[in-house]
Amino acid sequence: MKGQFNQVGSILKLILRRDRLRISLWVLGFWVVTILTAVAFEDLYPTDSDRQEIAVTMENPAITALIGKGYGLDNYTEGAMMAHQMLAFTLLFVAVMSVLLVIRHTRSEEEEGRVELIRALPTGRLANLAATIVVMVITYFVLAILIGFSLFALGIDSMDLNGSLLYGIAMGVTGIFFAATTALCAQLSETSRGAIGLSFLIVGVSYLIRAVGDVSNETLSWLSPFGWVLASEVYVNNYWWTIGLTLVVSLVILFFAFYLNSIRDLGAGFLPTRGGKRHASAFTKNQLGLTIRLQKTSIISWAVVLFVFGATYGSVLGDTDTYFAEIEMMKEVMAIQDGIPMSLQFVTMVSSIMAVLSTIPVIMSLNKLKKEEKRNRTEQVLATAMSRIKFLGSYLITSLLVSLIMLGSSAVGLALAGAQTMDEETASFMELMNAVMVYLPAVWLMVGVAAVFIGLGRLNGVTYAYLGFVFVVIYFGGVLQFSDTVKNLSPFEHIPAIPVDDFQFWILFSLTIIAVVLMMIGLVFYRRRDIKG
Amino acid sequence: MSVLKARGLTKHFGKVKALNGVDLEVNEGEVYGFIGPNGAGKSTTIRILLGILKATSGEAQIFGKDVWEDAVDIHKRIAYVPGDVNLWSNLTGGEIIDYFTKMRGAEVDLKRKEALIERFQLDPTKKCGTYSKGNRQKVALVSAFAADADLYILDEPTSGLDPLMERIFQETITELKEEGKSVLLSSHILSEVEKLCDTVGIIRDGEMIESGSLKELRHLTRTILYVETKQKIALDDLEGIHNAVVNGLSYEFQVDTERLDDVMKHISQSGVIKIESAPPTLEDLFMRHYEGEVGGVQS
Repeated sequence: MKGQFNQVGSILKLILRRDRLRISLWVLGFWVVTILTAVAFEDLYPTDSDRQEIAVTMENPAITALIGKGYGLDNYTEGAMMAHQMLAFTLLFVAVMSVLLVIRHTRSEEEEGRVELIRALPTGRLANLAATIVVMVITYFVLAILIGFSLFALGIDSMDLNGSLLYGIAMGVTGIFFAATTALCAQLSETSRGAIGLSFLIVGVSYLIRAVGDVSNETLSWLSPFGWVLASEVYVNNYWWTIGLTLVVSLVILFFAFYLNSIRDLGAGFLPTRGGKRHASAFTKNQLGLTIRLQKTSIISWAVVLFVFGATYGSVLGDTDTYFAEIEMMKEVMAIQDGIPMSLQFVTMVSSIMAVLSTIPVIMSLNKLKKEEKRNRTEQVLATAMSRIKFLGSYLITSLLVSLIMLGSSAVGLALAGAQTMDEETASFMELMNAVMVYLPAVWLMVGVAAVFIGLGRLNGVTYAYLGFVFVVIYFGGVLQFSDTVKNLSPFEHIPAIPVDDFQFWILFSLTIIAVVLMMIGLVFYRRRDIKG
Repeated sequence: MSVLKARGLTKHFGKVKALNGVDLEVNEGEVYGFIGPNGAGKSTTIRILLGILKATSGEAQIFGKDVWEDAVDIHKRIAYVPGDVNLWSNLTGGEIIDYFTKMRGAEVDLKRKEALIERFQLDPTKKCGTYSKGNRQKVALVSAFAADADLYILDEPTSGLDPLMERIFQETITELKEEGKSVLLSSHILSEVEKLCDTVGIIRDGEMIESGSLKELRHLTRTILYVETKQKIALDDLEGIHNAVVNGLSYEFQVDTERLDDVMKHISQSGVIKIESAPPTLEDLFMRHYEGEVGGVQS
């Protein structure tokens, strides 16, 4: 076969033309967050003793599992801190970027029939995959160089050129590695959804292997690409060879992906596809059942993630008193009240964070309606004997159900792990459960806000912006010293912080009423507006 | 001289046999109509011809080159329009037309492009995300016709076009034919194939069941007769009569073309008051094959 890679350049230009903004935003996002964090660390921990103080708290299995093994904890320079506290999470997001972008230009394009159009032109059989990979490599090269030199340019003593470049390149190489695994998944699965699921599974399992390995068995971490990249011990020992290892493995995976692409038919995959059901089950025959059925996978995945997250937080609860008692910043963050055990206050803070995180899938669940409309699927449903009230209503009920599931699984995760580590007298399983579940009315209020904008049919982004604001108030409320007027704009601030505060029925009841009123307004608006598709 | 030649193409998707020995030949300056019901294997055949799918067995050549091995070379001289066009939503129609032309290795012929855009009444400045199905189809058609190709492969290209646009499409194909270009046109809109094509191939369940010039295939077709007579016609005795509808002394039925003579002689004995005939259409030909297995029609 001749010219397998013909016209890689033209396809590459097409990808860049389509995604110049999207890719730039990703790169910019990483740059801003990385640089801001480095600057913030300098302000937060100006002296060696400040840093050494926090280093002590980092020798904690839960934290090690979450962000990776700390290197150079005995001389916790700012570089060491940056590499320890920021790099692992950043790498996780780099992996997410790879998955989304690579599938977007491979399996999704194929699924939409656009690869067929391209292939009918004088282009090589492997040109589309090759162009996608080249774009990713260029993107990560730019990202690595940008991050590397910018970190160095901050002029922080412990962040030399060698380490800074390694930091950037660690990000780039991780990106390339997961671009390679995703390219492979794109060959295996016939659908873009399947390919995305498989790719994220690889990312998730890699991170989990590293987490377990870092805590219990270092050899295990060597089975994870995150383990390899983090083993470069950026800013401490700067081992470049682990980066080389990752690159070599990436190349092997890429080679395999290209090989599979060359031997398969367009549109085909290697994983068997299951035949679907011939008849709709009784459950999916009504709108509510169908709505839930369509969201099943995403509901389950979010519930699992939130459970793990809750359990991770729960596992550190018991040690809170020892770890955080001495840290001035934590006291500020949590607006410490004297006389109440540190760990209980930590419980309330963690609960509010878990509640906000659990709100994300709830809002997403309702906003699926927006996507349905964009894809011209609402009109088909509304053209049947389905009233708009019933249609939006079934989405509302679904999102309320999702709110129970999400808060529930965060709460169970937190309470299960928390009850293990804390003594019974401080907080019982049920108390920990309630600490999270008490936020339900606030979550419902957010659903109400989302419903209003669904009803309006525009400005749906406002809901997420509002959620962002709520998160900032909770997470940085103590440090940033918001005024009470600002804080009161967040429904989460009105929720009694159980178990520290008392249960206040009327507040919860009022929030619920407001939520219901907002949902009604949304329904009325939805009935009156134009449906766009 | 044949531009496209395929022999014994088979294609298996796992256990499913999509194609089972398809032969196809398109000559220079010929418009070849490739017809068949949904799922018959038209698109699979076309994708093999484009070197996008690899045939399980059989061989196919375009311009004397192997469709799989030399796909890139071949594609420099062909233009393709799929039936279901999906485009990049944040690019405009005009951008995509230029991009495809460039990819073929040609310079954009502004005059030709503008003329086609004018002709198909396309707004090239709109983003593809906002185009309707018909308009996306137009983008694909304009970019195919803007290419100075020798062979046009069109897979149900008029789906989503309004009748006015269909006519413009037919005019364009006729012009291409006059220029000596070859066209492979797959369709299930039979009137379109009948108007445009010199040669027709019919595919069903992955097999070519008929092929040849329209004239050659006419013998397989039926003539529709509407008759009013003074006396009753004994239709039961007649061979080659199909789908008879009897309403008193008015009759409507189809006659196998080769039986027409016998039937006319028979009818004339009953005292014909009125007779109308409709010419055999490709529709009937198609229907006949279509119902072949179900109805067990004699041929």
